[in-house]
Amino acid sequence: MATFHFTANLKKHLSCPTLEVRAGTVADGLAAIFNENPKLKSYILDDQDRLRKHVAVFLDGVMIKDRVHLTDTIGADADVHVIQALSGG
Amino acid sequence: MLPTLRVGTRKGLFTFTRTAPGQWQADESVDFLAEPVSMLLRDPRDGYLYAALNLGHFGVKLHRRTPANDWEEIQAPKFPSQEDKDGPTLELLWELVPGGTDQPGKLWAGTIPGGLFVSEDRGNSWTLNESLWNRPEREQWFGGGYDQPGIHSICVHPKDSQNIRLAISCGGVWESVDGGEQWNLIGEGMRAAYMPPEQADALESQDPHRMVSCPSAPEKLWIQHHNGIFHSDNGGRQWQEITTAAPSNFGFAVAVHPNDPDKAWFIPAVKDESRVPVDSKLVVMQTTDGGKSFHSQDNGLPDCPSYDLVYRHSLDIDSSGSILAFGSTTGNLWVSEDEGDQWQCISNYLPPIYVVKLD
Repeated sequence: MATFHFTANLKKHLSCPTLEVRAGTVADGLAAIFNENPKLKSYILDDQDRLRKHVAVFLDGVMIKDRVHLTDTIGADADVHVIQALSGG
Repeated sequence: MLPTLRVGTRKGLFTFTRTAPGQWQADESVDFLAEPVSMLLRDPRDGYLYAALNLGHFGVKLHRRTPANDWEEIQAPKFPSQEDKDGPTLELLWELVPGGTDQPGKLWAGTIPGGLFVSEDRGNSWTLNESLWNRPEREQWFGGGYDQPGIHSICVHPKDSQNIRLAISCGGVWESVDGGEQWNLIGEGMRAAYMPPEQADALESQDPHRMVSCPSAPEKLWIQHHNGIFHSDNGGRQWQEITTAAPSNFGFAVAVHPNDPDKAWFIPAVKDESRVPVDSKLVVMQTTDGGKSFHSQDNGLPDCPSYDLVYRHSLDIDSSGSILAFGSTTGNLWVSEDEGDQWQCISNYLPPIYVVKLD
């Protein structure tokens, strides 16, 4: 099972606890999570289901390569972190 | 209901209530504290409140508050998915207005990029108006202050809800007489000095910063354009450039009196490459004769140099026509209860102000 962690900055907007899911790719894992938590989807993905410009996904500490189709493969015990880019103001 | 002033800022929604003449009391609580609020609407047909947030990292969100309940997040407009994932995505909800009184629950939203969305169910679901989106002229639109063009002004005719006009930075003025089924590019008479000379009169290249119509005479409209002030007597088909404005014809905001189409207010800045008050002196310009003449209203505005800029949605007038309010990017908020003759500062300490609404 892969474990998905979400930035604490999301938690002031909606519930998004750390979850374990069985998934072959980042897209599969997120789809399973969005199925249970539909509102979360628009916070992570844009209107075309691409990763939002200022959101990053790290897979076992390495940023994913495919931000459009989210096809990066997830290992059985992967740690997936969904974080936000930092900004000022 | 007591007159209420709602102020959407870079860091939350602030609400002030007029408890007595000249007395505006701030609500103790701030809605959406620390979040950018790009647009507000209180729908006069049912009392529902809407607030559009631009969360930056996490996108545009829309919240609704019914008279009986607290805020809830509802569906924000969304561009249709494309199979190749190469389509647009919502960047900003920039305008939100109710449909006609004969269309309960209907809302129109203008966005960046330049999408027009409609909801028939108080924002529970939204549909992109494909008729406007697919117009070939859209290829000529371009961003004005933002990377992409945007719809910031939507005027629904108060007696004919099928008659809609909207303005786009930069994409000109458009009209529909059939409820949005078809759109006509209108706006002859506007002039874009920032374009190459041969393009200056092109209707689709105009940059109206803000367009308002007079509720009691909706064929009469005002535009604060990038290039000056324009007035129309025939529903926006033809525009007359107003050259009498002083100290400047550049600005973003305009308000029109609800019962007198010849009476309008503007807040000038030097010019596009110098977006501060002329001589660092903040004034409101009023015309009472349809633009033949203007006079400055500055009683109660700062005597010292100030650098306040007022965005296009940050000047509003109430339905009686006597109360006006405006807020600046410096976070200052003023109210007048006598059509601008005297201004009162309500706060000097707000975040940069994006939108001001009186109801």
